[in-house]
Amino acid sequence: MWQAYEIATSVEGALAILDRYGGRARLIAGGTDLVIELQEGKRQVECLVDITRIPGLDRIEQHGEQSDWITLGANVTFRQIKESPLLQQHARVLVDAAATVAALQIQAVATLVGNLVNAMPAADGSVALTALDAEAEVAGSSGRTWRPIGDLFLGPGRSAVDPTRQMITAIRFRALQAGQGSAWGRIGRRRALTLPILNCGVSVGLDDSRERFTWARIGLGPVATVPFRAREAEAFLAGRPAGDEIYSLAAEIAAGECHPRSSLLRASKEYRVEALKVLIRRGLASAVANSLSTLGRPLSSATQRGAGPG
Amino acid sequence: MSESNTYSLTMRVNGRDITVEIGADELLVDVLRDRLGLTGTKIGCGQGECGACTVIMGGQPVLSCLLPALRAQGQEITTIEGLSDGQTLHPLQQAFIDHGAVQCGYCTPGFIMSAKALLDANPHPTRDQIKEAIAGNLCRCTGYVKIVEAIEAVAGDAG
Repeated sequence: MWQAYEIATSVEGALAILDRYGGRARLIAGGTDLVIELQEGKRQVECLVDITRIPGLDRIEQHGEQSDWITLGANVTFRQIKESPLLQQHARVLVDAAATVAALQIQAVATLVGNLVNAMPAADGSVALTALDAEAEVAGSSGRTWRPIGDLFLGPGRSAVDPTRQMITAIRFRALQAGQGSAWGRIGRRRALTLPILNCGVSVGLDDSRERFTWARIGLGPVATVPFRAREAEAFLAGRPAGDEIYSLAAEIAAGECHPRSSLLRASKEYRVEALKVLIRRGLASAVANSLSTLGRPLSSATQRGAGPG
Repeated sequence: MSESNTYSLTMRVNGRDITVEIGADELLVDVLRDRLGLTGTKIGCGQGECGACTVIMGGQPVLSCLLPALRAQGQEITTIEGLSDGQTLHPLQQAFIDHGAVQCGYCTPGFIMSAKALLDANPHPTRDQIKEAIAGNLCRCTGYVKIVEAIEAVAGDAG
Protein backbone atom coordinates (compact mmCIF):
# COMPACT_ATOMS: atom_id res chain seq x y z
CA MET A 1 0.00 0.00 0.00
CA TRP A 2 2.85 2.34 0.86
CA GLN A 3 6.58 1.69 0.60
CA ALA A 4 7.96 4.04 3.23
CA TYR A 5 6.88 5.33 6.63
CA GLU A 6 8.61 8.31 8.15
CA ILE A 7 8.07 9.75 11.59
CA ALA A 8 8.31 13.54 11.61
CA THR A 9 9.52 15.37 14.70
CA SER A 10 8.66 18.92 13.66
CA VAL A 11 6.25 20.71 11.32
CA GLU A 12 9.18 21.89 9.19
CA GLY A 13 10.53 18.35 9.14
CA ALA A 14 7.18 16.96 7.98
CA LEU A 15 6.95 19.54 5.21
CA ALA A 16 10.53 18.77 4.16
CA ILE A 17 9.69 15.07 3.79
CA LEU A 18 6.60 15.92 1.75
CA ASP A 19 8.72 18.19 -0.42
CA ARG A 20 11.30 15.47 -0.93
CA TYR A 21 8.63 13.10 -2.24
CA GLY A 22 7.14 15.76 -4.53
CA GLY A 23 3.48 14.85 -4.02
CA ARG A 24 3.99 11.11 -3.51
CA ALA A 25 3.95 11.29 0.30
CA ARG A 26 1.01 12.13 2.53
CA LEU A 27 0.56 13.09 6.16
CA ILE A 28 -1.04 10.61 8.55
CA ALA A 29 -2.31 11.25 12.08
CA GLY A 30 -5.19 9.00 13.21
CA GLY A 31 -5.36 7.39 9.79
CA THR A 32 -8.79 5.92 10.45
CA ASP A 33 -10.11 7.12 7.09
CA LEU A 34 -6.83 7.20 5.19
CA VAL A 35 -5.78 3.60 5.86
CA ILE A 36 -9.10 2.32 4.48
CA GLU A 37 -8.83 4.55 1.42
CA LEU A 38 -5.32 3.28 0.78
CA GLN A 39 -6.43 -0.33 1.24
CA GLU A 40 -9.26 0.17 -1.21
CA GLY A 41 -6.95 1.80 -3.71
CA LYS A 42 -8.85 5.09 -3.63
CA ARG A 43 -5.62 6.87 -2.89
CA GLN A 44 -2.03 5.96 -3.67
CA VAL A 45 1.04 7.14 -1.82
CA GLU A 46 4.64 6.09 -1.72
CA CYS A 47 5.30 7.33 1.79
CA LEU A 48 3.25 8.07 4.88
CA VAL A 49 4.54 10.85 7.11
CA ASP A 50 3.48 10.25 10.72
CA ILE A 51 2.91 13.59 12.47
CA THR A 52 1.72 12.17 15.79
CA ARG A 53 5.15 12.51 17.44
CA ILE A 54 5.55 16.23 16.74
CA PRO A 55 5.75 17.84 20.18
CA GLY A 56 3.10 20.35 21.19
CA LEU A 57 0.50 19.53 18.58
CA ASP A 58 -1.66 17.64 21.08
CA ARG A 59 -2.65 20.70 23.08
CA ILE A 60 -5.96 22.42 23.69
CA GLU A 61 -5.18 25.97 24.80
CA GLN A 62 -6.77 29.31 25.55
CA HIS A 63 -5.06 32.43 24.39
CA GLY A 64 -5.64 36.00 23.28
CA GLU A 65 -5.73 39.20 25.33
CA GLN A 66 -8.79 38.07 27.23
CA SER A 67 -8.23 34.37 26.80
CA ASP A 68 -11.05 34.53 24.33
CA TRP A 69 -9.62 32.21 21.69
CA ILE A 70 -9.27 28.46 21.90
CA THR A 71 -6.66 26.67 19.80
CA LEU A 72 -6.43 22.94 19.15
CA GLY A 73 -3.24 21.44 17.73
CA ALA A 74 -3.23 19.14 14.73
CA ASN A 75 -2.91 16.00 16.81
CA VAL A 76 -5.81 16.66 19.19
CA THR A 77 -8.05 13.60 19.09
CA PHE A 78 -11.80 13.40 19.43
CA ARG A 79 -11.29 11.69 22.76
CA GLN A 80 -9.29 14.66 24.08
CA ILE A 81 -12.01 17.01 22.86
CA LYS A 82 -14.72 14.96 24.52
CA GLU A 83 -12.89 14.98 27.83
CA SER A 84 -11.79 18.64 27.83
CA PRO A 85 -13.42 20.71 30.62
CA LEU A 86 -12.39 23.86 28.75
CA LEU A 87 -14.28 22.84 25.63
CA GLN A 88 -17.21 21.55 27.65
CA GLN A 89 -17.62 25.04 29.03
CA HIS A 90 -16.85 27.11 25.96
CA ALA A 91 -17.58 24.96 22.90
CA ARG A 92 -20.26 22.46 23.85
CA VAL A 93 -21.14 21.81 20.21
CA LEU A 94 -17.68 20.44 19.50
CA VAL A 95 -17.61 18.22 22.58
CA ASP A 96 -20.97 16.67 21.77
CA ALA A 97 -20.01 16.23 18.12
CA ALA A 98 -16.77 14.49 19.11
CA ALA A 99 -18.76 12.07 21.25
CA THR A 100 -20.83 11.02 18.22
CA VAL A 101 -17.85 10.17 16.02
CA ALA A 102 -17.76 6.40 15.39
CA ALA A 103 -16.80 4.83 18.74
CA LEU A 104 -14.16 5.10 21.47
CA GLN A 105 -11.49 3.16 19.58
CA ILE A 106 -11.73 5.60 16.68
CA GLN A 107 -12.04 8.64 18.95
CA ALA A 108 -8.80 7.62 20.68
CA VAL A 109 -6.70 8.17 17.56
CA ALA A 110 -8.76 10.12 15.00
CA THR A 111 -8.06 13.84 14.95
CA LEU A 112 -10.26 16.86 14.34
CA VAL A 113 -7.76 18.17 11.81
CA GLY A 114 -7.90 14.86 9.95
CA ASN A 115 -11.66 15.20 9.82
CA LEU A 116 -11.23 18.66 8.32
CA VAL A 117 -8.69 17.64 5.68
CA ASN A 118 -10.77 14.63 4.71
CA ALA A 119 -13.42 17.19 3.71
CA MET A 120 -16.53 15.03 3.87
CA PRO A 121 -19.78 17.01 4.03
CA ALA A 122 -21.11 14.72 6.78
CA ALA A 123 -18.05 14.92 9.04
CA ASP A 124 -19.23 15.62 12.56
CA GLY A 125 -16.10 17.52 13.52
CA SER A 126 -16.19 19.72 10.42
CA VAL A 127 -19.88 20.55 10.81
CA ALA A 128 -19.37 21.48 14.48
CA LEU A 129 -16.43 23.69 13.52
CA THR A 130 -18.61 25.35 10.90
CA ALA A 131 -20.99 26.38 13.69
CA LEU A 132 -18.02 27.81 15.59
CA ASP A 133 -16.80 29.82 12.57
CA ALA A 134 -13.39 28.24 13.06
CA GLU A 135 -10.14 28.98 11.27
CA ALA A 136 -7.30 26.64 10.40
CA GLU A 137 -3.61 27.40 10.26
CA VAL A 138 -2.17 26.04 7.03
CA ALA A 139 1.58 25.53 6.81
CA GLY A 140 3.27 25.10 3.47
CA SER A 141 6.28 26.18 1.48
CA SER A 142 5.15 29.81 1.62
CA GLY A 143 4.83 29.90 5.42
CA ARG A 144 1.81 29.72 7.71
CA THR A 145 -1.56 31.43 7.23
CA TRP A 146 -4.89 31.31 9.06
CA ARG A 147 -7.83 30.56 6.78
CA PRO A 148 -11.57 30.32 7.50
CA ILE A 149 -12.47 26.62 7.39
CA GLY A 150 -15.34 27.39 5.03
CA ASP A 151 -12.73 28.21 2.38
CA LEU A 152 -11.08 24.81 2.74
CA PHE A 153 -13.98 22.61 1.63
CA LEU A 154 -14.05 22.25 -2.17
CA GLY A 155 -16.31 19.22 -2.53
CA PRO A 156 -16.86 15.72 -1.12
CA GLY A 157 -13.40 14.50 -0.10
CA ARG A 158 -11.73 17.50 -1.72
CA SER A 159 -9.90 20.00 0.49
CA ALA A 160 -8.08 23.19 -0.46
CA VAL A 161 -5.32 21.88 1.80
CA ASP A 162 -3.16 19.35 0.00
CA PRO A 163 -1.80 16.85 2.56
CA THR A 164 0.88 15.81 0.11
CA ARG A 165 2.36 19.32 0.27
CA GLN A 166 0.74 21.20 3.16
CA MET A 167 -0.26 20.66 6.75
CA ILE A 168 -2.95 22.10 8.99
CA THR A 169 -1.08 22.74 12.22
CA ALA A 170 -3.93 24.10 14.35
CA ILE A 171 -7.58 25.08 14.53
CA ARG A 172 -8.86 28.10 16.42
CA PHE A 173 -12.19 29.70 17.24
CA ARG A 174 -13.63 32.16 19.72
CA ALA A 175 -14.54 30.68 23.10
CA LEU A 176 -18.25 31.05 23.78
CA GLN A 177 -18.75 33.47 26.67
CA ALA A 178 -21.54 34.31 29.08
CA GLY A 179 -24.74 34.84 27.10
CA GLN A 180 -23.48 32.64 24.28
CA GLY A 181 -24.13 28.96 23.82
CA SER A 182 -24.00 26.05 21.42
CA ALA A 183 -25.56 22.66 20.80
CA TRP A 184 -25.17 19.56 18.65
CA GLY A 185 -27.77 17.27 17.13
CA ARG A 186 -27.43 14.16 15.00
CA ILE A 187 -29.60 11.47 13.50
CA GLY A 188 -28.07 8.10 12.63
CA ARG A 189 -29.34 4.57 12.27
CA ARG A 190 -27.74 3.70 15.56
CA ARG A 191 -25.82 5.70 18.14
CA ALA A 192 -22.30 4.43 17.48
CA LEU A 193 -20.28 3.42 14.43
CA THR A 194 -22.60 4.97 11.92
CA LEU A 195 -22.50 7.85 9.50
CA PRO A 196 -25.04 10.59 10.16
CA ILE A 197 -28.30 10.77 8.23
CA LEU A 198 -28.13 14.41 9.29
CA ASN A 199 -26.12 16.44 11.73
CA CYS A 200 -26.50 19.98 12.97
CA GLY A 201 -24.33 22.31 15.02
CA VAL A 202 -25.70 25.57 16.39
CA SER A 203 -24.10 28.45 18.24
CA VAL A 204 -25.85 31.62 19.37
CA GLY A 205 -25.21 34.92 21.09
CA LEU A 206 -27.95 36.69 23.04
CA ASP A 207 -28.20 40.39 23.88
CA ASP A 208 -27.92 41.79 27.40
CA SER A 209 -31.58 41.11 28.11
CA ARG A 210 -30.91 37.46 27.15
CA GLU A 211 -34.12 37.56 25.15
CA ARG A 212 -32.96 38.36 21.62
CA PHE A 213 -30.36 36.88 19.32
CA THR A 214 -27.49 39.15 18.44
CA TRP A 215 -26.18 36.45 16.14
CA ALA A 216 -26.61 32.77 15.34
CA ARG A 217 -24.66 30.21 13.33
CA ILE A 218 -26.14 27.00 11.96
CA GLY A 219 -23.87 24.31 10.51
CA LEU A 220 -25.48 21.37 8.70
CA GLY A 221 -24.36 18.13 7.12
CA PRO A 222 -24.64 16.31 4.80
CA VAL A 223 -27.01 18.56 2.89
CA ALA A 224 -24.67 19.91 0.22
CA THR A 225 -21.32 18.97 -1.29
CA VAL A 226 -19.53 20.62 1.63
CA PRO A 227 -20.35 21.25 5.31
CA PHE A 228 -23.14 23.80 5.00
CA ARG A 229 -23.85 27.11 6.76
CA ALA A 230 -27.48 28.21 6.75
CA ARG A 231 -26.68 31.88 6.34
CA GLU A 232 -30.18 33.01 5.40
CA ALA A 233 -31.58 31.49 8.56
CA GLU A 234 -28.73 33.02 10.55
CA ALA A 235 -29.49 36.48 9.15
CA PHE A 236 -33.16 36.01 9.95
CA LEU A 237 -32.40 35.19 13.59
CA ALA A 238 -30.19 38.22 14.27
CA GLY A 239 -32.18 40.72 16.34
CA ARG A 240 -35.20 38.46 16.72
CA PRO A 241 -36.51 37.17 20.06
CA ALA A 242 -35.59 33.66 21.20
CA GLY A 243 -38.64 31.38 21.23
CA ASP A 244 -40.30 28.38 19.58
CA GLU A 245 -42.07 30.36 16.88
CA ILE A 246 -38.86 31.98 15.70
CA TYR A 247 -37.01 28.64 15.83
CA SER A 248 -39.64 27.11 13.53
CA LEU A 249 -39.40 29.97 11.04
CA ALA A 250 -35.60 29.78 11.04
CA ALA A 251 -35.78 26.02 10.50
CA GLU A 252 -38.07 26.52 7.46
CA ILE A 253 -35.66 29.05 5.99
CA ALA A 254 -32.66 26.78 6.57
CA ALA A 255 -34.44 23.80 5.01
CA GLY A 256 -35.13 25.95 1.96
CA GLU A 257 -31.55 27.01 1.41
CA CYS A 258 -29.90 23.58 1.42
CA HIS A 259 -30.41 20.48 -0.68
CA PRO A 260 -30.55 17.15 1.14
CA ARG A 261 -30.73 14.30 -1.37
CA SER A 262 -32.40 10.94 -1.27
CA SER A 263 -29.73 8.41 -0.43
CA LEU A 264 -29.85 4.65 -0.06
CA LEU A 265 -27.16 4.98 2.58
CA ARG A 266 -29.01 7.60 4.59
CA ALA A 267 -32.71 8.26 3.97
CA SER A 268 -35.17 9.85 1.55
CA LYS A 269 -35.00 13.51 0.75
CA GLU A 270 -38.53 14.00 2.09
CA TYR A 271 -37.64 12.48 5.45
CA ARG A 272 -34.38 14.36 5.70
CA VAL A 273 -35.94 17.77 5.00
CA GLU A 274 -38.48 17.28 7.78
CA ALA A 275 -35.94 15.82 10.20
CA LEU A 276 -33.58 18.69 9.45
CA LYS A 277 -36.15 21.20 10.66
CA VAL A 278 -36.55 19.29 13.90
CA LEU A 279 -32.79 19.21 14.44
CA ILE A 280 -32.53 22.95 13.87
CA ARG A 281 -35.42 23.80 16.20
CA ARG A 282 -33.98 21.58 18.93
CA GLY A 283 -30.50 22.90 18.29
CA LEU A 284 -31.56 26.51 18.69
CA ALA A 285 -33.51 25.77 21.87
CA SER A 286 -30.58 23.82 23.36
CA ALA A 287 -28.03 26.46 22.38
CA VAL A 288 -30.15 29.17 24.02
CA ALA A 289 -30.50 27.04 27.16
CA ASN A 290 -26.75 26.44 27.07
CA SER A 291 -26.10 30.20 26.80
CA LEU A 292 -28.21 30.84 29.88
CA SER A 293 -26.47 28.13 31.85
CA THR A 294 -23.06 29.69 31.19
CA LEU A 295 -24.27 33.10 32.42
CA GLY A 296 -21.76 34.79 34.64
CA ARG A 297 -19.23 32.00 34.42
CA PRO A 298 -15.95 33.75 33.66
CA LEU A 299 -13.30 32.22 31.49
CA SER A 300 -10.80 30.29 33.50
CA SER A 301 -7.15 30.78 32.69
CA ALA A 302 -6.42 27.09 32.71
CA THR A 303 -4.39 25.66 29.88
CA GLN A 304 -4.77 22.03 29.11
CA ARG A 305 -2.13 19.75 27.83
CA GLY A 306 -3.24 16.89 25.71
CA ALA A 307 -3.04 13.39 27.01
CA GLY A 308 -2.83 11.66 23.66
CA PRO A 309 -0.54 8.76 22.86
CA GLY A 310 3.11 9.38 22.10
CA MET B 1 6.30 1.24 -7.41
CA SER B 2 9.51 0.46 -5.61
CA GLU B 3 10.01 -2.35 -3.16
CA SER B 4 8.75 -1.68 0.33
CA ASN B 5 11.42 -0.69 2.80
CA THR B 6 12.07 -2.78 5.89
CA TYR B 7 11.76 -1.21 9.31
CA SER B 8 12.67 -2.25 12.79
CA LEU B 9 9.63 -1.97 15.05
CA THR B 10 10.22 -1.99 18.79
CA MET B 11 7.29 -2.06 21.17
CA ARG B 12 6.31 -3.50 24.50
CA VAL B 13 3.68 -6.19 24.02
CA ASN B 14 2.01 -7.72 27.06
CA GLY B 15 4.88 -6.57 29.25
CA ARG B 16 7.61 -7.91 26.99
CA ASP B 17 9.93 -5.77 24.87
CA ILE B 18 10.00 -7.04 21.32
CA THR B 19 11.65 -5.94 18.09
CA VAL B 20 10.49 -7.19 14.72
CA GLU B 21 11.53 -6.42 11.18
CA ILE B 22 8.49 -5.40 9.18
CA GLY B 23 7.46 -3.82 5.91
CA ALA B 24 6.40 -0.17 5.78
CA ASP B 25 2.74 -0.95 5.17
CA GLU B 26 2.08 -3.73 7.64
CA LEU B 27 -0.84 -3.14 9.96
CA LEU B 28 -0.61 -3.63 13.69
CA VAL B 29 -3.14 -6.48 13.65
CA ASP B 30 -1.06 -8.41 11.12
CA VAL B 31 2.16 -7.93 13.06
CA LEU B 32 0.47 -9.12 16.24
CA ARG B 33 -1.14 -12.15 14.61
CA ASP B 34 1.30 -13.23 11.92
CA ARG B 35 4.68 -12.19 13.28
CA LEU B 36 4.11 -12.53 17.01
CA GLY B 37 1.59 -15.37 16.88
CA LEU B 38 -0.89 -13.47 19.03
CA THR B 39 -3.95 -14.69 17.19
CA GLY B 40 -6.34 -13.82 19.99
CA THR B 41 -6.74 -10.45 18.33
CA LYS B 42 -9.25 -11.02 15.54
CA ILE B 43 -9.85 -9.48 12.15
CA GLY B 44 -13.56 -9.03 11.58
CA CYS B 45 -14.47 -6.31 9.11
CA GLY B 46 -10.96 -4.96 8.59
CA GLN B 47 -12.49 -1.51 8.25
CA GLY B 48 -12.81 -0.18 11.77
CA GLU B 49 -16.46 -1.04 12.18
CA CYS B 50 -16.65 -4.17 14.31
CA GLY B 51 -14.08 -3.83 17.10
CA ALA B 52 -12.85 -7.45 16.90
CA CYS B 53 -9.26 -6.21 16.52
CA THR B 54 -9.35 -3.98 19.62
CA VAL B 55 -6.11 -3.83 21.60
CA ILE B 56 -4.94 -1.37 24.22
CA MET B 57 -2.22 1.05 23.16
CA GLY B 58 -0.91 3.59 25.63
CA GLY B 59 -3.87 2.91 27.92
CA GLN B 60 -6.52 3.47 25.27
CA PRO B 61 -8.53 0.98 23.26
CA VAL B 62 -7.62 1.23 19.58
CA LEU B 63 -8.40 -0.70 16.41
CA SER B 64 -5.32 -2.62 15.33
CA CYS B 65 -6.74 -3.19 11.83
CA LEU B 66 -6.56 0.54 11.07
CA LEU B 67 -3.17 1.30 12.56
CA PRO B 68 0.01 1.14 10.55
CA ALA B 69 2.21 -1.04 12.78
CA LEU B 70 4.94 1.58 12.77
CA ARG B 71 2.52 3.91 14.52
CA ALA B 72 3.09 1.63 17.54
CA GLN B 73 6.85 2.36 17.57
CA GLY B 74 7.91 2.61 21.23
CA GLN B 75 4.36 2.09 22.49
CA GLU B 76 2.99 -0.28 25.09
CA ILE B 77 0.44 -2.71 23.68
CA THR B 78 -1.82 -5.09 25.56
CA THR B 79 -3.65 -7.89 23.74
CA ILE B 80 -6.05 -10.52 25.05
CA GLU B 81 -3.07 -12.87 25.61
CA GLY B 82 -1.71 -10.40 28.16
CA LEU B 83 -4.64 -10.70 30.54
CA SER B 84 -4.52 -14.10 32.16
CA ASP B 85 -2.03 -14.95 34.87
CA GLY B 86 -0.76 -18.32 33.71
CA GLN B 87 -3.74 -20.67 33.88
CA THR B 88 -5.74 -18.20 35.94
CA LEU B 89 -8.12 -16.19 33.83
CA HIS B 90 -8.46 -12.44 34.21
CA PRO B 91 -11.65 -11.55 36.15
CA LEU B 92 -13.19 -10.18 32.94
CA GLN B 93 -12.52 -13.42 31.08
CA GLN B 94 -14.01 -15.45 33.92
CA ALA B 95 -17.03 -13.15 34.15
CA PHE B 96 -17.75 -13.47 30.42
CA ILE B 97 -17.85 -17.26 30.88
CA ASP B 98 -19.88 -17.14 34.08
CA HIS B 99 -22.49 -14.78 32.63
CA GLY B 100 -22.91 -16.54 29.30
CA ALA B 101 -21.47 -13.57 27.46
CA VAL B 102 -19.63 -15.79 24.96
CA GLN B 103 -21.27 -17.69 22.14
CA CYS B 104 -19.18 -18.09 19.02
CA GLY B 105 -16.44 -16.11 20.77
CA TYR B 106 -15.06 -14.31 17.77
CA CYS B 107 -15.89 -10.83 19.07
CA THR B 108 -15.01 -11.67 22.67
CA PRO B 109 -11.34 -10.60 22.77
CA GLY B 110 -12.29 -7.19 21.39
CA PHE B 111 -15.06 -6.76 23.93
CA ILE B 112 -12.80 -7.77 26.78
CA MET B 113 -10.07 -5.36 25.71
CA SER B 114 -12.58 -2.51 25.48
CA ALA B 115 -13.90 -3.45 28.92
CA LYS B 116 -10.41 -3.67 30.37
CA ALA B 117 -9.48 -0.23 29.07
CA LEU B 118 -12.64 1.13 30.68
CA LEU B 119 -12.05 -0.52 34.06
CA ASP B 120 -8.38 0.48 34.09
CA ALA B 121 -9.43 4.12 33.75
CA ASN B 122 -12.66 3.92 35.71
CA PRO B 123 -13.02 0.94 38.07
CA HIS B 124 -16.64 1.79 38.93
CA PRO B 125 -18.40 2.74 35.72
CA THR B 126 -22.13 3.25 35.40
CA ARG B 127 -24.14 1.00 33.10
CA ASP B 128 -24.22 3.80 30.53
CA GLN B 129 -20.45 4.18 30.69
CA ILE B 130 -20.10 0.44 30.10
CA LYS B 131 -22.41 0.66 27.10
CA GLU B 132 -20.43 3.56 25.70
CA ALA B 133 -17.16 1.69 26.20
CA ILE B 134 -18.36 -1.30 24.15
CA ALA B 135 -20.35 0.68 21.57
CA GLY B 136 -17.51 0.15 19.12
CA ASN B 137 -17.70 -3.62 19.39
CA LEU B 138 -20.27 -5.65 17.50
CA CYS B 139 -21.59 -9.06 18.57
CA ARG B 140 -23.85 -10.97 16.19
CA CYS B 141 -24.64 -13.89 18.53
CA THR B 142 -25.62 -13.01 22.06
CA GLY B 143 -26.78 -9.44 21.97
CA TYR B 144 -25.25 -7.20 24.53
CA VAL B 145 -27.13 -7.68 27.80
CA LYS B 146 -25.01 -10.55 29.09
CA ILE B 147 -21.84 -8.79 28.05
CA VAL B 148 -22.84 -5.67 29.96
CA GLU B 149 -23.77 -7.84 32.96
CA ALA B 150 -20.39 -9.58 32.88
CA ILE B 151 -18.54 -6.27 32.90
CA GLU B 152 -20.82 -4.92 35.61
CA ALA B 153 -20.05 -7.95 37.77
CA VAL B 154 -16.31 -7.27 37.59
CA ALA B 155 -16.81 -3.55 38.19
CA GLY B 156 -18.90 -4.39 41.26
CA ASP B 157 -16.30 -6.84 42.60
CA ALA B 158 -13.56 -4.26 42.21
CA GLY B 159 -15.20 -2.09 44.79
